[in-house]
Amino acid sequence: MSDFIHNLLRLRRGPWEMVASVLIALGVAMLMQPFAITLYTYSFITTLIGTVMFIIVSHFPE
Amino acid sequence: MMKNTPIEKIASATPDNVARHIRGLSDRSIAWIFVAPTIFLLLAINIFPLIWTVWLSFTNSRVNRPNRDVDWVGLRNYERILTDSDIWNTMQATAHFLIWTIVLQVLIGFMLAFLINKKFKGNDLWTTIIVFPMMLSPAVVGNFWTFLYQPQIGLFNYVIAFFTGADPASFSMIGDVHLAPWAIVIADTWMWTPFVMLICLAGLRSIPGSIYEAAECDRASKWRQFWTITVPMVLPFLMLAVLFRGIENFKMFDLVVQLTGGGPGNTTTLTSIDLKREAFEKWRTGYSSAYAVILFVTVFGLASIYVKALNKVKER
Repeated sequence: MSDFIHNLLRLRRGPWEMVASVLIALGVAMLMQPFAITLYTYSFITTLIGTVMFIIVSHFPE
Repeated sequence: MMKNTPIEKIASATPDNVARHIRGLSDRSIAWIFVAPTIFLLLAINIFPLIWTVWLSFTNSRVNRPNRDVDWVGLRNYERILTDSDIWNTMQATAHFLIWTIVLQVLIGFMLAFLINKKFKGNDLWTTIIVFPMMLSPAVVGNFWTFLYQPQIGLFNYVIAFFTGADPASFSMIGDVHLAPWAIVIADTWMWTPFVMLICLAGLRSIPGSIYEAAECDRASKWRQFWTITVPMVLPFLMLAVLFRGIENFKMFDLVVQLTGGGPGNTTTLTSIDLKREAFEKWRTGYSSAYAVILFVTVFGLASIYVKALNKVKER
């Protein structure tokens, strides 16, 4: 866990891609879940932030 | 000197001033000349419409009223889509279709590939028969399954009745709100399982026999060979099949329109059907552009993390 935070602070690709992937997956799950419309409302912004983050952090060093 | 080859003939026919220009070009320039038409086409067909759609999504444009002023509405289209409970239901219908078709196609496709990979008499004939549904047009498959699902004459109802003892006319696969989502899942699975099977078969046939022989020498059981050799080595192929089917089913349109038309009610209205209605029946261009951008970002985001996972599996 401390390695993860350390690499996150050093702007390494691995952990940042992980964060972006989690955001995308969360956004898609929120978009298609049948439980709360509030989650649906905020799904697109979550996916968008995750996708843009993924594009940016995939250029970070390993 | 004789000029026999076509290249020599073209070279001799090229005017001197043109030939001098070509001789003066670097390899990089020549590469750009070859690549430029493709880049231009990509920009014109893919990139420009994408940027145009994003711009339209912030307006109240309607293409059926070309003389009307187009106003900038900011994020209003997005706000309306993301608070609309009908579109939310459409997303759930799409999720149901997407998840179940992929699960069933991967399971059945892999099992069929595993069976077809065994050497037996008539192997090629069975492969051709299994692959047959994939070769049909979705419109034909839609019509074909509409007849199969008919409560009075449909073969599907009679098969279900044979196994359950229910009256064949007592249920309608495409007329019942609970059964219709499963009707489209079954039809799509019937049509596209062979595609997954072919990809899995390619994966299974790429595994060298020597690995299994080594496992036999180590006295590994068939069960262990399956989980430690077959599954890991077919996994990249399986993931590729899931990616192809996932993207394809996210924009599924023709088969479902032919089969249920999105009904009964809106139970089988997938996002692509809803989007088409908004864009080309209600002519709400700005609104439907925002809808398309939401779907694009979703598919793009999912595909990005999926390709990353696929590359990791390949590296192992």
